[in-house]
Amino acid sequence: MRPAADLERAVPVAAGVHWIGAFDPDLRSFDIILRTANGTSYNAYAVRGSDGVAIIDTVKLNFSETFFRRLESIADYDEITTIVLNHLEPDHSGALPELLRRAPGATLLVSPQARLMLKGLLDPAELAGRIAFVGTGDHADLGDRQLEFLNTPYLHWPDTQCTWLAAEGVLFSADFLGCHYCDSRLFNDAVGDFRFSFDYYYAHIMRPFRTYVRTALDLIEPLPLRIIAPGHGPILRRDPRDYVARYRAFAAPALHGAATKTLLVFYISAYGATRRMAEAVAAGAESASSAAGEVRVSLYDLEGGDAQPFVDLIEEADALLFGSPTINGDAVKPVWDLLSSLTMVDVKGKFAAAFGSYGWSGEAVPMIEDRLRRLKLRVPLPGVRARLTPTGDDFAACHDLGREVALHLLGRATPRTIDLAQLA
Amino acid sequence: MPKASITFQDIGVTVTVPAGTRLIEVSEKVGAGITYGCREGECCTCLTRIVSGHEHLAAPSVLEHQVLKDNLAPRRHRLACQAQVLGGSIVVQPA
Repeated sequence: MRPAADLERAVPVAAGVHWIGAFDPDLRSFDIILRTANGTSYNAYAVRGSDGVAIIDTVKLNFSETFFRRLESIADYDEITTIVLNHLEPDHSGALPELLRRAPGATLLVSPQARLMLKGLLDPAELAGRIAFVGTGDHADLGDRQLEFLNTPYLHWPDTQCTWLAAEGVLFSADFLGCHYCDSRLFNDAVGDFRFSFDYYYAHIMRPFRTYVRTALDLIEPLPLRIIAPGHGPILRRDPRDYVARYRAFAAPALHGAATKTLLVFYISAYGATRRMAEAVAAGAESASSAAGEVRVSLYDLEGGDAQPFVDLIEEADALLFGSPTINGDAVKPVWDLLSSLTMVDVKGKFAAAFGSYGWSGEAVPMIEDRLRRLKLRVPLPGVRARLTPTGDDFAACHDLGREVALHLLGRATPRTIDLAQLA
Repeated sequence: MPKASITFQDIGVTVTVPAGTRLIEVSEKVGAGITYGCREGECCTCLTRIVSGHEHLAAPSVLEHQVLKDNLAPRRHRLACQAQVLGGSIVVQPA
Protein backbone atom coordinates (compact mmCIF):
# COMPACT_ATOMS: atom_id res chain seq x y z
CA MET A 1 0.00 0.00 0.00
CA ARG A 2 1.31 3.46 -0.84
CA PRO A 3 1.69 5.77 2.15
CA ALA A 4 -0.83 8.55 2.56
CA ALA A 5 0.64 11.93 1.66
CA ASP A 6 -0.08 13.44 5.06
CA LEU A 7 1.64 10.68 6.97
CA GLU A 8 4.66 12.69 8.02
CA ARG A 9 4.10 12.63 11.72
CA ALA A 10 5.65 10.26 14.19
CA VAL A 11 3.66 7.08 14.86
CA PRO A 12 3.23 5.89 18.48
CA VAL A 13 4.59 2.38 19.03
CA ALA A 14 4.47 2.10 22.83
CA ALA A 15 4.47 4.52 25.76
CA GLY A 16 7.19 7.08 25.02
CA VAL A 17 8.24 5.23 21.85
CA HIS A 18 7.60 6.56 18.33
CA TRP A 19 8.37 5.38 14.83
CA ILE A 20 10.07 8.21 12.91
CA GLY A 21 11.18 6.36 9.78
CA ALA A 22 10.38 6.68 6.09
CA PHE A 23 8.50 4.73 3.44
CA ASP A 24 10.07 3.85 0.09
CA PRO A 25 7.18 2.20 -1.79
CA ASP A 26 8.75 2.44 -5.25
CA LEU A 27 11.97 0.54 -4.53
CA ARG A 28 12.13 -2.62 -6.64
CA SER A 29 15.58 -3.97 -5.85
CA PHE A 30 17.68 -3.64 -2.73
CA ASP A 31 21.44 -4.02 -2.42
CA ILE A 32 21.36 -5.46 -5.96
CA ILE A 33 20.61 -8.95 -4.62
CA LEU A 34 17.01 -8.58 -3.40
CA ARG A 35 13.79 -8.00 -5.31
CA THR A 36 11.38 -5.76 -3.44
CA ALA A 37 7.91 -6.08 -4.97
CA ASN A 38 6.40 -3.96 -2.20
CA GLY A 39 9.22 -1.47 -1.71
CA THR A 40 10.56 -1.08 1.80
CA SER A 41 10.57 1.11 4.86
CA TYR A 42 13.55 2.54 6.71
CA ASN A 43 12.50 2.28 10.32
CA ALA A 44 13.88 4.67 12.92
CA TYR A 45 12.58 5.21 16.42
CA ALA A 46 12.56 7.77 19.21
CA VAL A 47 12.43 6.76 22.88
CA ARG A 48 11.59 9.40 25.45
CA GLY A 49 12.77 9.11 29.05
CA SER A 50 12.54 11.54 31.98
CA ASP A 51 16.11 12.74 31.32
CA GLY A 52 16.25 12.82 27.55
CA VAL A 53 15.36 11.36 24.18
CA ALA A 54 17.17 8.57 22.36
CA ILE A 55 17.04 8.17 18.59
CA ILE A 56 17.49 4.62 17.41
CA ASP A 57 18.75 4.37 13.81
CA THR A 58 18.09 6.82 10.99
CA VAL A 59 17.10 6.44 7.33
CA LYS A 60 18.57 6.36 3.83
CA LEU A 61 20.06 9.74 2.92
CA ASN A 62 17.41 10.84 0.41
CA PHE A 63 14.64 10.23 2.96
CA SER A 64 16.26 12.46 5.57
CA GLU A 65 13.75 15.30 5.29
CA THR A 66 10.84 13.02 6.14
CA PHE A 67 12.79 11.54 9.04
CA PHE A 68 13.59 14.96 10.50
CA ARG A 69 9.98 16.17 10.11
CA ARG A 70 8.73 13.14 11.99
CA LEU A 71 11.39 13.56 14.66
CA GLU A 72 10.55 17.25 15.07
CA SER A 73 6.88 16.35 15.59
CA ILE A 74 7.72 14.67 18.91
CA ALA A 75 11.04 16.09 20.18
CA ASP A 76 13.37 19.08 20.10
CA TYR A 77 16.96 18.49 19.02
CA ASP A 78 18.32 19.77 22.34
CA GLU A 79 16.39 17.00 24.12
CA ILE A 80 18.32 14.30 22.29
CA THR A 81 20.96 12.85 24.59
CA THR A 82 21.57 9.55 22.83
CA ILE A 83 21.78 8.31 19.26
CA VAL A 84 21.95 4.55 18.83
CA LEU A 85 23.01 3.07 15.50
CA ASN A 86 22.24 -0.63 15.63
CA HIS A 87 23.64 -1.04 12.12
CA LEU A 88 25.71 1.36 10.03
CA GLU A 89 24.67 0.33 6.52
CA PRO A 90 23.78 3.48 4.52
CA ASP A 91 20.03 2.78 4.54
CA HIS A 92 20.13 3.18 8.33
CA SER A 93 22.91 5.73 8.73
CA GLY A 94 22.14 8.11 5.85
CA ALA A 95 20.77 10.87 8.09
CA LEU A 96 23.32 10.31 10.86
CA PRO A 97 25.82 13.07 9.99
CA GLU A 98 23.04 15.68 9.82
CA LEU A 99 21.43 14.37 13.01
CA LEU A 100 24.76 14.70 14.83
CA ARG A 101 24.97 18.32 13.65
CA ARG A 102 21.39 19.13 14.68
CA ALA A 103 21.69 17.39 18.06
CA PRO A 104 25.07 18.58 19.36
CA GLY A 105 24.38 17.32 22.89
CA ALA A 106 23.90 13.71 21.82
CA THR A 107 26.33 10.85 22.26
CA LEU A 108 26.51 8.19 19.54
CA LEU A 109 26.34 4.59 20.79
CA VAL A 110 27.46 1.78 18.51
CA SER A 111 28.95 -1.68 18.89
CA PRO A 112 32.75 -1.99 19.13
CA GLN A 113 32.75 -3.71 15.74
CA ALA A 114 31.36 -0.52 14.20
CA ARG A 115 34.59 1.40 14.76
CA LEU A 116 36.05 0.36 11.40
CA MET A 117 32.92 1.27 9.40
CA LEU A 118 32.48 4.61 11.12
CA LYS A 119 35.77 5.69 9.59
CA GLY A 120 34.14 5.33 6.19
CA LEU A 121 31.04 7.31 7.15
CA LEU A 122 32.11 10.22 9.32
CA ASP A 123 35.05 12.49 9.87
CA PRO A 124 36.58 11.30 13.17
CA ALA A 125 36.94 14.97 14.18
CA GLU A 126 33.15 15.32 14.11
CA LEU A 127 32.83 12.48 16.60
CA ALA A 128 35.51 13.55 19.05
CA GLY A 129 34.18 13.07 22.57
CA ARG A 130 30.73 12.09 21.27
CA ILE A 131 30.98 8.36 20.78
CA ALA A 132 30.84 5.34 23.05
CA PHE A 133 31.12 1.67 22.17
CA VAL A 134 28.57 -0.58 23.85
CA GLY A 135 27.99 -4.30 24.10
CA THR A 136 25.95 -6.90 25.93
CA GLY A 137 25.54 -5.79 29.55
CA ASP A 138 25.92 -2.07 28.80
CA HIS A 139 23.05 0.37 29.06
CA ALA A 140 22.14 3.98 28.30
CA ASP A 141 20.31 5.88 30.99
CA LEU A 142 17.29 7.99 29.95
CA GLY A 143 16.24 8.74 33.55
CA ASP A 144 13.17 6.68 34.33
CA ARG A 145 14.06 4.05 31.74
CA GLN A 146 17.14 2.49 30.25
CA LEU A 147 18.20 1.14 26.90
CA GLU A 148 20.17 -2.10 27.11
CA PHE A 149 22.37 -3.49 24.36
CA LEU A 150 22.84 -6.94 22.93
CA ASN A 151 25.96 -7.56 20.88
CA THR A 152 24.65 -9.57 17.90
CA PRO A 153 27.35 -9.41 15.22
CA TYR A 154 26.98 -10.54 11.60
CA LEU A 155 23.25 -10.00 11.35
CA HIS A 156 24.26 -9.21 8.67
CA TRP A 157 27.29 -6.94 9.15
CA PRO A 158 29.99 -7.21 11.81
CA ASP A 159 28.62 -4.13 13.59
CA THR A 160 25.01 -5.20 14.08
CA GLN A 161 23.50 -5.04 17.56
CA CYS A 162 20.04 -5.00 19.13
CA THR A 163 18.70 -2.50 21.65
CA TRP A 164 16.26 -3.55 24.37
CA LEU A 165 13.84 -1.25 26.16
CA ALA A 166 12.82 -3.37 29.14
CA ALA A 167 10.32 -0.79 30.42
CA GLU A 168 8.09 -1.44 27.40
CA GLY A 169 9.30 -4.84 26.27
CA VAL A 170 10.46 -3.43 22.94
CA LEU A 171 13.38 -4.93 21.03
CA PHE A 172 14.91 -2.70 18.36
CA SER A 173 16.41 -5.40 16.22
CA ALA A 174 17.96 -3.59 13.20
CA ASP A 175 17.84 -5.86 10.13
CA PHE A 176 17.25 -8.95 12.28
CA LEU A 177 13.60 -10.05 12.03
CA GLY A 178 12.94 -7.38 9.42
CA CYS A 179 11.79 -7.51 5.83
CA HIS A 180 11.35 -5.34 2.78
CA TYR A 181 7.64 -4.65 2.79
CA CYS A 182 6.31 -1.12 2.61
CA ASP A 183 2.87 -0.55 4.09
CA SER A 184 1.94 2.67 5.85
CA ARG A 185 -0.33 0.76 8.22
CA LEU A 186 3.03 -0.17 9.78
CA PHE A 187 2.07 -2.85 12.31
CA ASN A 188 1.96 -6.55 11.58
CA ASP A 189 -1.67 -6.83 12.69
CA ALA A 190 -2.69 -4.06 10.26
CA VAL A 191 -0.59 -4.46 7.10
CA GLY A 192 -1.14 -6.86 4.19
CA ASP A 193 0.22 -10.39 4.10
CA PHE A 194 4.00 -10.00 4.25
CA ARG A 195 4.97 -13.56 5.13
CA PHE A 196 6.74 -14.14 1.82
CA SER A 197 8.82 -10.99 2.35
CA PHE A 198 9.80 -12.07 5.85
CA ASP A 199 10.95 -15.49 4.64
CA TYR A 200 12.62 -14.08 1.52
CA TYR A 201 14.52 -11.54 3.58
CA TYR A 202 15.85 -14.23 5.91
CA ALA A 203 16.90 -16.37 2.93
CA HIS A 204 18.86 -13.57 1.27
CA ILE A 205 20.20 -11.57 4.18
CA MET A 206 20.46 -13.75 7.28
CA ARG A 207 20.89 -17.26 5.92
CA PRO A 208 24.65 -17.00 5.26
CA PHE A 209 25.05 -16.12 8.94
CA ARG A 210 22.85 -18.75 10.52
CA THR A 211 25.40 -19.63 13.19
CA TYR A 212 25.24 -16.01 14.34
CA VAL A 213 21.45 -16.10 14.04
CA ARG A 214 21.36 -18.94 16.54
CA THR A 215 23.68 -17.08 18.94
CA ALA A 216 21.51 -13.96 18.73
CA LEU A 217 18.35 -15.98 19.32
CA ASP A 218 19.91 -17.37 22.48
CA LEU A 219 20.14 -13.78 23.75
CA ILE A 220 16.70 -12.69 22.52
CA GLU A 221 14.48 -15.64 23.36
CA PRO A 222 14.64 -15.17 27.17
CA LEU A 223 13.47 -11.55 26.88
CA PRO A 224 9.82 -10.78 27.79
CA LEU A 225 9.12 -9.49 24.28
CA ARG A 226 6.04 -7.38 23.67
CA ILE A 227 7.11 -5.66 20.46
CA ILE A 228 9.86 -6.26 17.92
CA ALA A 229 10.78 -3.04 16.13
CA PRO A 230 13.01 -3.97 13.17
CA GLY A 231 14.91 -1.73 10.78
CA HIS A 232 12.73 -2.62 7.79
CA GLY A 233 9.14 -3.69 7.33
CA PRO A 234 6.24 -4.10 9.72
CA ILE A 235 6.60 -3.59 13.47
CA LEU A 236 5.81 -6.93 15.08
CA ARG A 237 3.43 -6.31 17.97
CA ARG A 238 1.05 -9.23 17.51
CA ASP A 239 2.64 -12.54 18.48
CA PRO A 240 6.24 -11.32 18.21
CA ARG A 241 7.51 -14.66 19.46
CA ASP A 242 6.14 -16.37 16.35
CA TYR A 243 8.73 -14.50 14.28
CA VAL A 244 11.52 -15.43 16.67
CA ALA A 245 10.41 -19.06 16.46
CA ARG A 246 10.38 -18.87 12.66
CA TYR A 247 14.01 -17.70 12.67
CA ARG A 248 14.88 -20.51 15.08
CA ALA A 249 13.38 -23.01 12.67
CA PHE A 250 15.14 -21.47 9.66
CA ALA A 251 18.50 -21.52 11.40
CA ALA A 252 18.28 -25.07 12.73
CA PRO A 253 20.49 -27.66 11.03
CA ALA A 254 18.62 -30.17 8.86
CA LEU A 255 18.62 -33.83 9.79
CA HIS A 256 21.61 -35.79 8.59
CA GLY A 257 19.98 -39.18 8.79
CA ALA A 258 22.13 -42.01 10.03
CA ALA A 259 25.41 -40.67 8.69
CA THR A 260 27.60 -38.57 10.91
CA LYS A 261 29.24 -36.78 7.97
CA THR A 262 28.12 -35.92 4.46
CA LEU A 263 30.31 -35.59 1.38
CA LEU A 264 28.97 -34.36 -1.95
CA VAL A 265 30.66 -34.86 -5.32
CA PHE A 266 29.48 -32.52 -8.10
CA TYR A 267 30.68 -32.97 -11.65
CA ILE A 268 29.97 -32.11 -15.24
CA SER A 269 31.47 -33.96 -18.13
CA ALA A 270 31.67 -33.46 -21.90
CA TYR A 271 32.93 -36.91 -22.99
CA GLY A 272 32.59 -38.93 -19.79
CA ALA A 273 36.17 -38.56 -18.52
CA THR A 274 35.39 -36.20 -15.66
CA ARG A 275 32.32 -38.30 -14.87
CA ARG A 276 34.44 -41.43 -14.43
CA MET A 277 36.87 -39.43 -12.30
CA ALA A 278 33.93 -38.33 -10.14
CA GLU A 279 32.85 -41.94 -9.70
CA ALA A 280 36.38 -42.84 -8.57
CA VAL A 281 36.40 -39.92 -6.13
CA ALA A 282 33.06 -41.06 -4.70
CA ALA A 283 34.26 -44.65 -4.42
CA GLY A 284 37.36 -43.48 -2.59
CA ALA A 285 35.27 -41.46 -0.18
CA GLU A 286 33.07 -44.50 0.47
CA SER A 287 36.15 -46.59 1.23
CA ALA A 288 37.11 -44.32 4.13
CA SER A 289 34.19 -45.44 6.26
CA SER A 290 35.13 -48.18 8.67
CA ALA A 291 31.46 -48.67 9.49
CA ALA A 292 28.45 -48.41 7.20
CA GLY A 293 27.04 -44.91 7.02
CA GLU A 294 29.97 -43.20 8.68
CA VAL A 295 30.22 -40.88 5.69
CA ARG A 296 27.24 -40.43 3.39
CA VAL A 297 28.61 -39.94 -0.12
CA SER A 298 26.45 -38.47 -2.90
CA LEU A 299 27.23 -37.89 -6.56
CA TYR A 300 25.49 -35.23 -8.69
CA ASP A 301 25.72 -34.35 -12.37
CA LEU A 302 25.46 -30.57 -12.64
CA GLU A 303 24.17 -30.87 -16.19
CA GLY A 304 20.95 -32.35 -14.83
CA GLY A 305 20.08 -29.98 -12.02
CA ASP A 306 19.49 -26.37 -11.09
CA ALA A 307 21.83 -24.64 -8.68
CA GLN A 308 19.30 -23.85 -5.94
CA PRO A 309 18.51 -27.39 -4.69
CA PHE A 310 22.24 -28.10 -4.72
CA VAL A 311 22.84 -25.00 -2.60
CA ASP A 312 20.40 -26.38 -0.03
CA LEU A 313 22.32 -29.66 0.03
CA ILE A 314 25.65 -27.88 0.30
CA GLU A 315 24.53 -25.86 3.31
CA GLU A 316 24.14 -29.09 5.27
CA ALA A 317 27.16 -30.94 3.87
CA ASP A 318 30.57 -31.35 5.47
CA ALA A 319 32.71 -31.77 2.34
CA LEU A 320 32.34 -30.74 -1.30
CA LEU A 321 34.25 -31.97 -4.33
CA PHE A 322 33.85 -30.35 -7.74
CA GLY A 323 34.78 -31.90 -11.07
CA SER A 324 34.96 -29.87 -14.24
CA PRO A 325 36.63 -30.25 -17.60
CA THR A 326 38.68 -27.31 -18.84
CA ILE A 327 37.06 -25.65 -21.84
CA ASN A 328 38.63 -22.52 -23.32
CA GLY A 329 40.94 -22.24 -20.32
CA ASP A 330 38.18 -22.20 -17.73
CA ALA A 331 35.85 -24.36 -15.67
CA VAL A 332 32.45 -24.60 -17.31
CA LYS A 333 29.51 -22.31 -16.59
CA PRO A 334 27.30 -24.67 -14.52
CA VAL A 335 30.20 -25.03 -12.06
CA TRP A 336 30.57 -21.27 -11.76
CA ASP A 337 26.81 -20.87 -11.48
CA LEU A 338 26.83 -23.15 -8.46
CA LEU A 339 29.96 -21.68 -6.91
CA SER A 340 28.62 -18.15 -7.32
CA SER A 341 25.48 -19.18 -5.45
CA LEU A 342 27.34 -20.29 -2.34
CA THR A 343 27.49 -16.83 -0.81
CA MET A 344 23.83 -17.44 0.09
CA VAL A 345 24.78 -20.06 2.66
CA ASP A 346 27.44 -20.62 5.27
CA VAL A 347 30.21 -22.74 3.75
CA LYS A 348 33.06 -21.49 5.90
CA GLY A 349 35.35 -24.27 7.06
CA LYS A 350 33.85 -27.09 5.00
CA PHE A 351 36.40 -29.39 3.37
CA ALA A 352 36.66 -29.14 -0.41
CA ALA A 353 38.70 -30.30 -3.41
CA ALA A 354 38.59 -30.21 -7.21
CA PHE A 355 39.32 -32.54 -10.10
CA GLY A 356 38.77 -32.77 -13.83
CA SER A 357 40.00 -33.78 -17.25
CA TYR A 358 41.49 -31.42 -19.79
CA GLY A 359 43.02 -31.27 -23.26
CA TRP A 360 46.13 -29.14 -23.17
CA SER A 361 46.19 -26.62 -20.30
CA GLY A 362 43.90 -27.72 -17.44
CA GLU A 363 43.13 -24.41 -15.72
CA ALA A 364 39.73 -25.49 -14.35
CA VAL A 365 41.03 -27.32 -11.27
CA PRO A 366 43.24 -24.55 -9.87
CA MET A 367 40.58 -21.95 -10.69
CA ILE A 368 37.97 -23.90 -8.74
CA GLU A 369 40.41 -24.41 -5.86
CA ASP A 370 41.09 -20.69 -5.75
CA ARG A 371 37.38 -19.90 -5.67
CA LEU A 372 36.79 -22.45 -2.90
CA ARG A 373 39.54 -20.93 -0.78
CA ARG A 374 38.12 -17.46 -1.27
CA LEU A 375 34.73 -18.78 -0.19
CA LYS A 376 36.55 -19.72 3.04
CA LEU A 377 36.47 -23.48 2.61
CA ARG A 378 39.38 -25.67 3.62
CA VAL A 379 41.24 -27.04 0.61
CA PRO A 380 44.14 -29.00 2.11
CA LEU A 381 44.68 -31.49 -0.74
CA PRO A 382 45.90 -30.73 -4.25
CA GLY A 383 43.33 -31.47 -6.95
CA VAL A 384 43.62 -34.18 -9.57
CA ARG A 385 43.88 -33.41 -13.27
CA ALA A 386 43.88 -35.94 -16.10
CA ARG A 387 44.75 -35.23 -19.70
CA LEU A 388 41.90 -36.40 -21.97
CA THR A 389 41.32 -40.05 -21.11
CA PRO A 390 42.17 -40.77 -17.45
CA THR A 391 44.70 -43.54 -16.87
CA GLY A 392 44.68 -46.10 -14.11
CA ASP A 393 47.03 -43.86 -12.15
CA ASP A 394 44.63 -40.95 -12.60
CA PHE A 395 41.72 -42.99 -11.29
CA ALA A 396 43.84 -44.12 -8.35
CA ALA A 397 44.66 -40.46 -7.60
CA CYS A 398 40.94 -39.62 -7.72
CA HIS A 399 40.18 -42.53 -5.40
CA ASP A 400 42.87 -41.29 -2.99
CA LEU A 401 41.53 -37.74 -3.16
CA GLY A 402 38.02 -38.85 -2.20
CA ARG A 403 39.34 -41.12 0.51
CA GLU A 404 41.63 -38.47 2.01
CA VAL A 405 38.91 -35.84 2.10
CA ALA A 406 36.60 -38.32 3.83
CA LEU A 407 39.34 -39.22 6.32
CA HIS A 408 39.73 -35.52 7.11
CA LEU A 409 36.01 -35.45 7.90
CA LEU A 410 36.39 -38.39 10.21
CA GLY A 411 39.45 -36.95 11.92
CA ARG A 412 41.56 -39.85 10.69
CA ALA A 413 43.74 -38.14 8.09
CA THR A 414 47.44 -38.84 8.43
CA PRO A 415 49.30 -35.77 9.71
CA ARG A 416 51.67 -34.27 7.14
CA THR A 417 54.76 -32.11 7.40
CA ILE A 418 55.64 -29.78 4.52
CA ASP A 419 58.33 -27.19 3.91
CA LEU A 420 57.00 -23.81 2.85
CA ALA A 421 59.21 -23.96 -0.23
CA GLN A 422 57.22 -27.00 -1.44
CA LEU A 423 54.00 -25.02 -1.52
CA ALA A 424 53.18 -23.12 -4.67
CA MET B 1 67.87 -18.41 8.30
CA PRO B 2 66.14 -19.49 11.55
CA LYS B 3 63.23 -21.84 11.01
CA ALA B 4 59.92 -22.28 12.75
CA SER B 5 57.09 -24.74 12.43
CA ILE B 6 53.40 -23.96 12.25
CA THR B 7 50.86 -26.72 12.74
CA PHE B 8 47.41 -26.10 11.30
CA GLN B 9 45.42 -28.35 13.56
CA ASP B 10 42.23 -28.24 11.48
CA ILE B 11 43.84 -29.96 8.51
CA GLY B 12 46.60 -31.89 10.27
CA VAL B 13 49.44 -30.19 8.41
CA THR B 14 52.70 -28.85 9.83
CA VAL B 15 54.69 -26.42 7.70
CA THR B 16 58.33 -25.49 8.22
CA VAL B 17 58.81 -21.80 7.54
CA PRO B 18 61.54 -19.16 7.79
CA ALA B 19 61.35 -16.87 10.82
CA GLY B 20 59.49 -13.68 9.97
CA THR B 21 56.71 -15.42 8.03
CA ARG B 22 53.18 -14.23 8.73
CA LEU B 23 50.61 -16.92 9.49
CA ILE B 24 48.38 -15.93 6.58
CA GLU B 25 51.19 -16.47 4.06
CA VAL B 26 51.18 -20.15 4.99
CA SER B 27 47.56 -20.80 5.85
CA GLU B 28 46.21 -19.85 2.46
CA LYS B 29 48.87 -21.82 0.59
CA VAL B 30 48.24 -24.94 2.60
CA GLY B 31 44.44 -24.64 2.34
CA ALA B 32 43.75 -24.34 6.06
CA GLY B 33 40.48 -23.00 7.43
CA ILE B 34 41.98 -19.69 8.49
CA THR B 35 40.41 -17.28 6.07
CA TYR B 36 41.29 -13.75 5.17
CA GLY B 37 39.61 -10.59 4.00
CA CYS B 38 41.34 -7.22 3.90
CA ARG B 39 44.83 -8.58 4.73
CA GLU B 40 45.56 -5.21 6.35
CA GLY B 41 44.69 -6.00 9.94
CA GLU B 42 41.34 -4.24 9.95
CA CYS B 43 38.49 -6.62 9.14
CA CYS B 44 39.29 -9.42 11.62
CA THR B 45 38.26 -12.13 9.14
CA CYS B 46 41.54 -13.98 9.77
CA LEU B 47 41.09 -14.25 13.53
CA THR B 48 43.08 -17.29 14.66
CA ARG B 49 43.27 -19.22 17.90
CA ILE B 50 46.82 -19.88 19.02
CA VAL B 51 46.58 -23.32 20.59
CA SER B 52 50.22 -23.29 21.72
CA GLY B 53 53.42 -21.37 21.05
CA HIS B 54 51.90 -17.95 21.52
CA GLU B 55 55.25 -16.72 22.84
CA HIS B 56 56.84 -17.46 19.45
CA LEU B 57 54.82 -14.75 17.71
CA ALA B 58 55.83 -11.08 17.52
CA ALA B 59 53.75 -8.93 19.86
CA PRO B 60 50.62 -7.40 18.33
CA SER B 61 50.86 -3.86 16.96
CA VAL B 62 48.67 -1.09 18.34
CA LEU B 63 46.34 -1.55 15.35
CA GLU B 64 46.06 -5.31 15.81
CA HIS B 65 45.48 -4.89 19.53
CA GLN B 66 42.64 -2.43 18.86
CA VAL B 67 41.01 -4.66 16.23
CA LEU B 68 41.19 -7.68 18.56
CA LYS B 69 39.58 -5.61 21.30
CA ASP B 70 36.85 -4.21 19.02
CA ASN B 71 35.93 -7.68 17.89
CA LEU B 72 35.81 -9.08 21.41
CA ALA B 73 38.52 -11.61 20.59
CA PRO B 74 39.27 -14.07 23.43
CA ARG B 75 42.78 -14.45 24.89
CA ARG B 76 45.40 -16.22 22.78
CA HIS B 77 43.80 -15.08 19.54
CA ARG B 78 45.67 -13.21 16.82
CA LEU B 79 45.11 -11.85 13.34
CA ALA B 80 46.79 -14.24 10.91
CA CYS B 81 47.56 -11.42 8.49
CA GLN B 82 49.54 -9.60 11.18
CA ALA B 83 51.04 -12.29 13.40
CA GLN B 84 54.68 -12.92 12.52
CA VAL B 85 56.42 -16.14 13.50
CA LEU B 86 59.73 -15.64 15.34
CA GLY B 87 60.76 -19.29 15.72
CA GLY B 88 59.88 -22.44 17.64
CA SER B 89 56.69 -24.45 17.21
CA ILE B 90 53.25 -22.94 16.98
CA VAL B 91 49.91 -24.71 16.78
CA VAL B 92 46.92 -22.80 15.41
CA GLN B 93 43.21 -23.27 14.71
CA PRO B 94 40.65 -21.09 12.92
CA ALA B 95 38.82 -19.02 15.55
